[in-house]
Amino acid sequence: MPDASFVFAQSLSGLTAAMFLFLIASGLSLIFGVLRVLNFAHGTFYMLGAYLAYQAMLWLGPGPGRFWLAALGAALGIALLGGVVERVLFRHLYGKEELYQLLFTYALGLILSDAAKIFWGTQQKSVSRPPELSGSFSLFGATIPQYNLFIIVLGPSIALAFWFVLQHTRAGRFIRAAALDRETLGALGVNVDALYTWVFMLASFLGGLGGALISPMRATTPGMDTEVIVEAFVVVVIGGLGSLWGTFLGAVVYGQVLSFGILFFPRFSIFAVFALMAAVLIIRPWGFLGRPLR
Amino acid sequence: MSVRGLAGILVFVAALLVPALGSRFYTFLANDVIIWALFATSLNLLVGYTGLVSFGHAAYFGVGAYVTGILMKKLAVPFLLAWPAAGVVGAACALVFGFFCVRLTRIYFAMLTLAFAQIVWAICFKWNELTGGEQGMPEIPYPDFGWLERFGASVPLLGGWRTAEYFYFLCVGLVGASLWALHRIVTSPFGRMLTTIRENAERAEFIGVNVRRYELAAFVLAGTFAGLAGGLFGIFNRGVFPDFAYWTKSSEVLIMTLLGGMGTFYGPSVGALVLILLNQQIVSYTEYWPLVLGTVLVVLLFGFPGGIAGAVGALSGRLFRRVRRA
Repeated sequence: MPDASFVFAQSLSGLTAAMFLFLIASGLSLIFGVLRVLNFAHGTFYMLGAYLAYQAMLWLGPGPGRFWLAALGAALGIALLGGVVERVLFRHLYGKEELYQLLFTYALGLILSDAAKIFWGTQQKSVSRPPELSGSFSLFGATIPQYNLFIIVLGPSIALAFWFVLQHTRAGRFIRAAALDRETLGALGVNVDALYTWVFMLASFLGGLGGALISPMRATTPGMDTEVIVEAFVVVVIGGLGSLWGTFLGAVVYGQVLSFGILFFPRFSIFAVFALMAAVLIIRPWGFLGRPLR
Repeated sequence: MSVRGLAGILVFVAALLVPALGSRFYTFLANDVIIWALFATSLNLLVGYTGLVSFGHAAYFGVGAYVTGILMKKLAVPFLLAWPAAGVVGAACALVFGFFCVRLTRIYFAMLTLAFAQIVWAICFKWNELTGGEQGMPEIPYPDFGWLERFGASVPLLGGWRTAEYFYFLCVGLVGASLWALHRIVTSPFGRMLTTIRENAERAEFIGVNVRRYELAAFVLAGTFAGLAGGLFGIFNRGVFPDFAYWTKSSEVLIMTLLGGMGTFYGPSVGALVLILLNQQIVSYTEYWPLVLGTVLVVLLFGFPGGIAGAVGALSGRLFRRVRRA
C-alpha cells in the first residue's frame, strides 16, 4: 500500500487534470444543452487556444504578467473564432440529423487543426510557467507546484461563476429558457439567434482558456485535439449532457479514476475510464446529474 | 438478370483484371479499396438501412483484424479457419455491445458505440502479450498459396502471379461474395423491415415488430462483415495496429459511407473508391490531407447530402427525363 502523502499527491494531480477537463467539457456540455449539437470541433478550439497562447507569448516578449495577458488574449481570440464559426456555419446545423451534425463538426475540427499545422508546424511548442507561480510547496509530505494549486482553485471558481450567471442573471435565464424551448423564447421577443452566438462564444472561450492554461504544463502538439475531445465526451457523458454540476462531477471522477487507475492498475486505467463511460450509458444514459432528454 | 446484377458482375470482372495491368501499385490500391468497400457497406447496413448512427464501427474491424492476425501469426492457423473466425468474433462482440446499444437512441446510441470501441482500442493498446500493445503486431503472414502456384503452373492465367496478387484475387472473391450476401440481406423481407424501422420505429412497433431485436440483428450482421473486412485488412496491411479500432477510424468509414451515399447499396463502395483515390492523389501534392478531406466533407454535407450516388442518381434521372421528352 502506498503511503498517505503519495496518495494525496496522486489525488491532487488527478484533480488538476480534472479541472482542465472541466473547462473544456463545460463548453461542450453548454453547447449541447442549449444548441443541441455535439461539437467535435471543441477539442480543436482547445488546441488552438494553446497555440494562440504560445504565439501571444512570443509577440508580447518578456515582461511582467505576460502569461496572463497571453492566456486571456488566446481565450478571447478563440471566443471570436467561435462566434464567426457559429454565425457562418453552425447556424445551418440546428435541427438536422445527428449524423450530419457529428460529421460536420468533425470536418470543421479537421480543417482547423490542419490550419494550425500550417501555421505552427508539427514541432512541440512549450510555454514556461508564469514566474509568480513557478514555485512549489509541500503539504502533508507531498510537493505540489503552485500552478497546479492555482488550477485546482480556478476550476471551482469558474463553475461557481458559471452557476451564478445561469441562475441569477437575466442572460442566464434566457440561456436556460433557450435550452428548454427555443421557439417560445423567440416568440417572447428574445433574439435567439444572437443568444446562440453568445452561448457559442462563451463555450469557445472556456475551451480556449483550457488550452491556454494547460500550455505551461503539457507541450502543445498536433493531435492533442482528438485526444482531448474523447476525454471531454467521457466527462460530459458521465456527468450528464447539458448539466453544469454534472460536468464538474464527471471531470472530478474522471481525474480520480485515471490517476488512481494508473497507480493500481497501470495498464488498464484507460480501459477503466471508457468502461465507466459505457456503464453510465447503460445504467443511466443521461448521466449522474443530467435529465432524460425529452 | 437485372441491369444492376449485370453491372455488379461487370465490376467484379473488372476488379479481377486489375493485376493484369501489370502495376503493383494499382493492385495495392484496388485491394485497399475493396476491403474498405466491404467495411463501409457493413456500416451502411446500420446507418443507411436501419438508421442507427454508430460511431464505433472500427471496433469490429479491429477485432477481426486481431483475430485473424493472432490466429495466423501466433498459432499458425490456416487462413481458411482464421478468416471466418474474424467474422464470428466480430459478431460475438457486436452481440454483446449491441445488446446494450440498441436500448439507447440517437446521440446516446452513438456515444455508447463510441465507448465500446474505445474499450476495444484500450485493450488492444495495452494487452502487450496478446496484441503486441502499442507497437501492434507486424508481419502477419499471407495465406499459403503454394498449392495454387504448383497447380497454376500447368494452367494458363492461373500461374505466375506474385503472392500479393494471389491475395488480391482471393480478396476480390471473398469481398464479392460478402457483398452479394449483404445485398441479399438488404433486399430480403428482413432488410425491408430494417428500412421500415429507420423510417418510423414507432409505427413498426405498432404493427408488432420487435424493433430492438431487429436492430440487434442488424448490429450483429454489421459487426460480422466489419470483422471479416478487418481480417482481410490485417493481412493486406502486413500488420495489425491498435489504431484500427481508434475512433478516428470509425469516423473515416462513416465519411466514406456518407461520401458515396447512404441511400444506395453501392454508395459506400463508391465512397471507398473515391476517398482512397483522392487521398492517394492529394498526398502526393500536399501533406494537408485532413484539410482537403474536411473541406470536401463540408461541401458534401451542405451541397450533396445524398452523397455521390445521390447526386449521380438525381443527374441521371434528369437526363433520362430529358431524353424521354425529346
